[in-house]
Amino acid sequence: MLCQSCEKRQATTHIKTILNGELKEFSLCPECAAKLGYGSFFGNFGFDLDKIFGSFMESFGPTKTSKRCKFCGSSFEDIAKSGKVGCAQCYDEFYEELLPSIQRIHGRTSHAGKLARSAGAEVKIKNEMAQCRYELEQAIKAQEFERAAELRDRIRDLEKGLNETKDSNQRKEG
Amino acid sequence: MSEKIKQYKDVSDVVISTRIRFARNLRDYPFPCRMNIEQKCRVATIVKEAALGGHSSISDRFRYIQMSELTQEEAVSLVERHLVSPEFISDREGRGLLLLDDESVSIMINEEDHIRIQVIRPTMDLDGAYDLADKIDTLFDEQLNFAFNDKLGYLTQCPTNIGTGMRASLMLHLPALRESGAMGKISSSLAKLGLVIRGMYGEGSDPKGSVYQLSNQVTLGISEKEAINNLRDIAIQLIAQERAAREAMSTDEEVLDNIYRSFGILQYAKLLSNDECMKLLSYLRFGIEIGIFDNIDFDTVNNLMIEVQPATLMKNIGKKLTPRERDRIRAEVVRTALMRKKVPASRRLEN
Repeated sequence: MLCQSCEKRQATTHIKTILNGELKEFSLCPECAAKLGYGSFFGNFGFDLDKIFGSFMESFGPTKTSKRCKFCGSSFEDIAKSGKVGCAQCYDEFYEELLPSIQRIHGRTSHAGKLARSAGAEVKIKNEMAQCRYELEQAIKAQEFERAAELRDRIRDLEKGLNETKDSNQRKEG
Repeated sequence: MSEKIKQYKDVSDVVISTRIRFARNLRDYPFPCRMNIEQKCRVATIVKEAALGGHSSISDRFRYIQMSELTQEEAVSLVERHLVSPEFISDREGRGLLLLDDESVSIMINEEDHIRIQVIRPTMDLDGAYDLADKIDTLFDEQLNFAFNDKLGYLTQCPTNIGTGMRASLMLHLPALRESGAMGKISSSLAKLGLVIRGMYGEGSDPKGSVYQLSNQVTLGISEKEAINNLRDIAIQLIAQERAAREAMSTDEEVLDNIYRSFGILQYAKLLSNDECMKLLSYLRFGIEIGIFDNIDFDTVNNLMIEVQPATLMKNIGKKLTPRERDRIRAEVVRTALMRKKVPASRRLEN
């Protein structure tokens, strides 16, 4: 199908929108999609199928390509084709395969920010430390030195807490 | 930074509204693309009960809407009012919506993710919108098992949303930057900063009404606060650019002609198509922004931009209308809202 904007290139991005009170679907090529701000927002999120799938096949051999997620039954091919991951476990199952695309989309590969209740204790401490460091930087920039001092103390406490968690983890493992 | 924000405290001439959206999923169910109707209904029930059964003061204020029970007009109107996405109403089976009484919070169930929490605030209020979304998210987290991974953060159906799962956006009115032809360049330089800007109404590079949505693109490896601060910093620059462009255009004869002409048509037209109406309302807002119509407020125009949308018109009237009937009623709605508004006397002499 040709792009409905330039009518020249192959359409790869499909967008649903409301036009004059009706639901309409549009198909755009990557260039027009980027121009209109739909870049990597929808569906197609920058999987270079041949490249990723190709190298994936090479490195693991053809027999492994039939690997499926134990929870939802998705194969990596299903995910790459649709741009949709099947379930939370797919992220564990296909972590290595997904990582290059994740790196390409976000430029980073590890989470910063709010944590769910289920997150591990060490991550929780590290996360708060990162947040405090960021706020410390901001406080110094804004010359709010009292706030900066509070944050520095909090970071010290957290460092202590982190070492204790690590120690107890090692003891558990040992 | 607090100085900068204070200085730009009133930005309602450029920023129409703020939106914060969180994407969340349940660990024990496949993502919506892999769910059958039965599973979708089960997830909808679980999420609904977690929201309505909670012991928080906000629980009583939510109303649950089963999407399959709405008429087509009601469903489309939800999109026109920015409460749900177009994707959400494309297939309504197994989907539910939790709506706060004042419509400032909408929670989509089984859209692209199991849960999409969305908070809308008027003008620029990123912190306020974030705080509320964060609170609602924490209430859910206490009762549900979210799909979360220490390395990748909140897990979502589309890898573009993993990490914080947060999309923060500002709806901006940028008539002068658009008129000056600067939007293309702005959009490509924003992309390099991990932000995206796109037209809100209609498709194409020439969005009706000059209304744009600016949002963060990256959600992994950057905390919510950082992402919000980035977005705010860029928005402040865009606001300054737009204001400078307006200043330069405020004496342009052609621009002024368009503004006054639009005001006249909006006040007297008997039939208005949606496209024409959006274009004229944008010029009217432009006129208020550069101080021509100081007797009309931004809220009036912001509300009109939503009220004149086809499905919302029909929903408010309570029946299906032909396109011609819609054009007639649209003109009537606009005329009524702008009744007895005159060009201020000082301006009449001046021009």
